[in-house]
Amino acid sequence: MTRTITTPDQTVLTRRKVVKGIGAGLIASAAMPGYVQAQAAPLKLGFQVHRTGIGASYGRWYERVANSALKVVNEGGGIAGRAVEIVFEDDGTDPKRGAEVVEKLVSQHKVDLIFGPLFSHVVIGSAPRAGELKVPYLVCSEGNHVASGLTNRWTLQPGITDVRSQVQAMAPWVAQNLGKKITMIYPDYAFGHDHRDSFEPAIKAQGGEVIAKIGIPATETSFTRYFAQIPRETEVIYHVMIGPSVLTFVKELGEFYGTGARPEIFGFIDSLEGVDMTAPGLGFLEGTHFWEGQCRYKQADATDAETFYRAAVGVDDNGASLADPKDVSTYAHMFSVWETLFVIKAGIEASGYQTTADRQKFVEAIEAMTAFDFGREHPQGEKIFNGKTHQAFGIQNISKVTDGKLIRVHRTTIGDGLYPDQVDYTTQSF
Amino acid sequence: MSFGPFLLLALMEGMVMAAVLALTAVGLSLVFGTMRVVNVAHGEFFMLGAVIAWFVADHLGGAAWMNFAVALVVAPLVVAAIAVLADRLVLRRLNYEPEATIVATIGLLYILQQAALSLFGPDARPVPAPFELRLQLPWFGWSGYKVFVILAAGAILLAVWFLMTRTRAGLIMRATQIDRDTARAFGIDTDKVYALVFGLGAGLAALGAVLVVPIQQAHYLMGGDPLLLSFIVVIIGGLGSIRGTLVAALVIGLSDGVIAMFYTATLAKILATLLVALVLVFRPQGLFGAKA
Repeated sequence: MTRTITTPDQTVLTRRKVVKGIGAGLIASAAMPGYVQAQAAPLKLGFQVHRTGIGASYGRWYERVANSALKVVNEGGGIAGRAVEIVFEDDGTDPKRGAEVVEKLVSQHKVDLIFGPLFSHVVIGSAPRAGELKVPYLVCSEGNHVASGLTNRWTLQPGITDVRSQVQAMAPWVAQNLGKKITMIYPDYAFGHDHRDSFEPAIKAQGGEVIAKIGIPATETSFTRYFAQIPRETEVIYHVMIGPSVLTFVKELGEFYGTGARPEIFGFIDSLEGVDMTAPGLGFLEGTHFWEGQCRYKQADATDAETFYRAAVGVDDNGASLADPKDVSTYAHMFSVWETLFVIKAGIEASGYQTTADRQKFVEAIEAMTAFDFGREHPQGEKIFNGKTHQAFGIQNISKVTDGKLIRVHRTTIGDGLYPDQVDYTTQSF
Repeated sequence: MSFGPFLLLALMEGMVMAAVLALTAVGLSLVFGTMRVVNVAHGEFFMLGAVIAWFVADHLGGAAWMNFAVALVVAPLVVAAIAVLADRLVLRRLNYEPEATIVATIGLLYILQQAALSLFGPDARPVPAPFELRLQLPWFGWSGYKVFVILAAGAILLAVWFLMTRTRAGLIMRATQIDRDTARAFGIDTDKVYALVFGLGAGLAALGAVLVVPIQQAHYLMGGDPLLLSFIVVIIGGLGSIRGTLVAALVIGLSDGVIAMFYTATLAKILATLLVALVLVFRPQGLFGAKA
């Protein structure tokens, strides 16, 4: 049986003719020189995004920031003359799914490299797979796990300072301005443990001490019972929470102390990231202090780079979406996605990366970097990069809640947050 | 904080938990007692209640107490309607086979959870409490709304008790529970009873969620904990026994409050689960359950 297709001009196509034609096309395309194809094809970057699960409020904004940065990169001529595209894949903020996403991005989407994840348990769960697949894995996760040597040569964190460094830079200011007897409240998993383990020695060095450590499961929904464990002699409460219940956490802290006497409160903005500062029940935060990677509220001395970035990612002067003032961004952290994309750009251009066979050259090129200059590509501030530990170090901000807004009162130096190397990845094999 | 106030706070927090838990677990217990259906999707009915409360508060735009009042009526009704639909479309067609209904309700759990994720989104959303009142005690402050939660849950449980023991509907439900075939022989439409009991059970979970959502926020993954704790309570109290469920909810809620505060929350969960294991070994019918 021969099926025939009649085209409008009455030429008769047999199946045999069609198959022949397709075959000829295939041969022709296979005969084309490889480099022509490589230059024409866009760079494909995989993005591991927390679109659902407990990290969803971050994931939504990380995806937006990645797309905004992508637009800027492509409008500026792409990377090494090639257009760039990003493939987003949801990991459900789940370590097991995270490793599968790494696998899927590499084997199915054939991406050149992967970046973007924040939550430390996801990064710790996914990094080994990235190492096995030998794909560059650029994380935006803050945790100390990259610099501590827990990950591998393929895992880098060039876009944000790690928790150990942040905490070390905070300790002197906390001890000098707020108090020396500290009670720590933190999420009871990897990221929170980084806070716990890094802050205690840092505050000791300032003559202070941690008098109580209260770990709270990241999925907890009720917090008052934990606050009862805060010792009475506490001078400063150091809080850092994550997950969907952060607003409840802060609200219940306010209810617990009410109008009575309370210690000073110093928090990492993680406890309120993505949450409207003017939400009912948060009035008690007036006068308390927060760490911010980048200041959510536009400061009086905002630089051109900062203003450019804020507009590009669609955020207003209060840190909320331009489209919906109720949709508050994760502004203190999300710059890491933006900056990481520009580090990727620099790494690809410096290494002469062409195909996935050049992945090792790309990692080596980033390891050779030593600093990132402040500017539109790095709007959070200048950074130094340690190629041995794969970790960036930048400045940190301390803001005070004043009239319901976060106003910066202190800025650390990069030197405040430096510590001796814990690992030298460059001695490890690829 | 010294021991006295510390214990007081632990008991107050435990009471809130016990109150909401009792409401949720009574729903689960009713469904099992009458229908012999182990409803694994019960936690998702709880979550739906919270999500609907957010939806009402967000779209109505009235005063907080008014939104809350509307949610208190609308959420249980909508959730009950969904449950009745699930009963008609799924459970009845499986002829309420115990094994088949467990698998079916697991399926229902995922359908409801993913539907909430698709329609409601992955973010946690706050719902304003109907009134803002902070009780300032000499040692600590406490949310006045939490007192309201305890009282409201108590009132609703009283109503359930009244319904089950003092009304004709309750009589019919109890009759169906004791012997389905005989009840049918007396002209009771047991299919209708099953559908309504399943709806009532889900509605109670939703009611518990509307009460708790101003102190917890609505989130599509919030159904897991209430499900686990409801099962713990229902197994300890005796499946199908309302009295047992109430006593077990008080025991679990208060002990959780006290243990979590003096030791850790994880220890409280470990002990509760251990208690379940002990009950299953030494008194499988539960503390107040009738022998099967």
